[in-house]
Amino acid sequence: MIDIKKEIQKDRRAFIKNVLSGTIAGSLLMVIPAGAALDKRLPEQLPGMRGDDSPFTEKKFAFVVDVTACIGCGSCCVADKNEYNVPDGNYRTWVERYIIDDHDEVFVDSPNGGLDGYSKPRTDIPNPVRDTFFVPKLCNMCEKPSCVQVCPVGATYKTEDGFVLIDKDRCVGCGYCIQACPYSVRFLNPVTRTAEKCTWCYHRVREGLLPACVNVCPVHARKFGDLNDKTSEVYKILREPHVISVLKPGMGNQPALHYLGLRREVV
Amino acid sequence: MSVAAHGDVAVAAANFIFPNDLHVHWSLMIVLYPYITGLVAGAFIVSSLYHVFHIKALKPVARFSLLFALAFLICATWPLLNHLGRPERALSMMLTPNPTSAMAGFGYIYSAYFIVLLLEIIFIFRPTVVALGKKATGFMKVLYGVLSIGSDNVSERALKLDHKIIAFLAAIGIPMACVLHGYVGFIFGGIKANPLWATPLMPLIFLLSACVSGIAGIILTYILIMKFSGKEIDVECVQTLVKFLWGFFILDFVFEMLELFSHFYMATHHWHTLEALYSGPLFNTFWVAQVGIFSVIPFFLLMFMSLIRFKDSILLFFAPIVSLMILMQVLLMRWNVVVGGQLMSKSERGATTFHPMWFEKEGILVAIIIMVAPVVILWLIGKILPFWMDSDSIKA
Repeated sequence: MIDIKKEIQKDRRAFIKNVLSGTIAGSLLMVIPAGAALDKRLPEQLPGMRGDDSPFTEKKFAFVVDVTACIGCGSCCVADKNEYNVPDGNYRTWVERYIIDDHDEVFVDSPNGGLDGYSKPRTDIPNPVRDTFFVPKLCNMCEKPSCVQVCPVGATYKTEDGFVLIDKDRCVGCGYCIQACPYSVRFLNPVTRTAEKCTWCYHRVREGLLPACVNVCPVHARKFGDLNDKTSEVYKILREPHVISVLKPGMGNQPALHYLGLRREVV
Repeated sequence: MSVAAHGDVAVAAANFIFPNDLHVHWSLMIVLYPYITGLVAGAFIVSSLYHVFHIKALKPVARFSLLFALAFLICATWPLLNHLGRPERALSMMLTPNPTSAMAGFGYIYSAYFIVLLLEIIFIFRPTVVALGKKATGFMKVLYGVLSIGSDNVSERALKLDHKIIAFLAAIGIPMACVLHGYVGFIFGGIKANPLWATPLMPLIFLLSACVSGIAGIILTYILIMKFSGKEIDVECVQTLVKFLWGFFILDFVFEMLELFSHFYMATHHWHTLEALYSGPLFNTFWVAQVGIFSVIPFFLLMFMSLIRFKDSILLFFAPIVSLMILMQVLLMRWNVVVGGQLMSKSERGATTFHPMWFEKEGILVAIIIMVAPVVILWLIGKILPFWMDSDSIKA
């Protein structure tokens, strides 16, 4: 009788021990980021980025969009929405469709930010179409960013390596940066109630990976690289005699986003 | 047709707005914020016209306009806090301000102005408060004790010192009131991305419209309160206020039109966007309401009332009406600037729409509550401090 009681007691202790250790081990597994090594398994897309935790002061990143190459498939928009879980109706990046008829009237649209791709032609153009092209838009990463200038609490800032980022834990959600951005790349995230915009995938770049949109573009219309690296594609493009411009140069913001083959109809 | 001459292609043929420009971020709350601070600055100017510039005719409303300013100043932050996505972080603007941000200055300017206004009220009302404190009992006695900042010395020498302090506070209060509201204008005027806002005239227009709304607010409330409490209205005071209202309104209206005319005349590429805005979404609220009804009519009414000496009854009949119209004009101007500026998409090819709802976080009902609140606060202040110098409570 006494033995049985002892046995039960023993069992109970063992049971509690097992439960406790199981819980602790389980919690630890959840806390320790198991996916940390994931990026490392991917081949490095931007040379010399891995294992360098210092600010990339030696690097000067630039983004080039080739307007002549974009086919308006919307892959970049899908990749972006997936990468950042962007709420519907807000856009970190989008693709505009320009149509010019033979009366030189310009028709622009961007239904759902081009997220669904432009699979159907527009039917409301009164005259024969002379020309048509797509223009992807994203953060211009200005050398002189208006958003950083106006943010009252310094939640929007420029990193030493030239990226304009937002600290969502500091943002007060006043919307002043949204008013100040000449390119309308910012929005107020309805979930966090703070400002949000494209970051050129800073988290990926620091891991030596290309921005998500660049990575998925099937026609290589989006290019990203280091201007101080003379072997990089962006360096070569900006050096060579192409038709290259930035958006709204008169604003004086000096964007690091360049457009190859940009048309004067594009605002 | 061959390729158009350079420039022609820029003409907007289709209504395209950037996907993120669909939503108007600065809502009714941001319409009210400059409106309320404008009333504050304008009311303070009325008080200073008496205390600093010795316009003796304004003596009856000199004290009242300070209390009027205080009541509205208390509520000036409410629309802002309601608008912020993260109001719990509002104080960051003062604790970790970004020196290049115009908005970061608000906390400091607002606080400094609040202190000056409060000090001015305390010193002006000190003799009154001491007299009232002697008669009061219980809680009110304690309250008057606090308001008299612990000094019941009303000797001639003490009052002389008070007057020096009052004159000093009123004098530094004028530039501060101008900074408070000129600065609000700069919040908009400094946004180069928005062609409707980006003009050096913006702070000036905001400041002048502030003076106009403040004077109109004082005329309206003064006449209404006197009528309802059955007291005699000082006609000379109203006449003088009307003249000042006309003077400031001339400047205000001229600069508002000048700003528009400059855009029209210089006709940069921005004008194409602005033209579409003024002839489209803003046609009714700007041309019909702000300019047509609430600027031109009050302009002539004020002119007649200033130049011709009408019978008292006519003056006192039209003064509140014209004041109400001016108050509407300034509110419309705030609407047309704040909301109108956001209707244009930065695509320069189209405009969005904005229709405030009654029952939303920044909706019409909340806006009405925020505008009624200062009136209630003013009434409460009136329970403690007498609005009028010759109030029965002091005489007795």
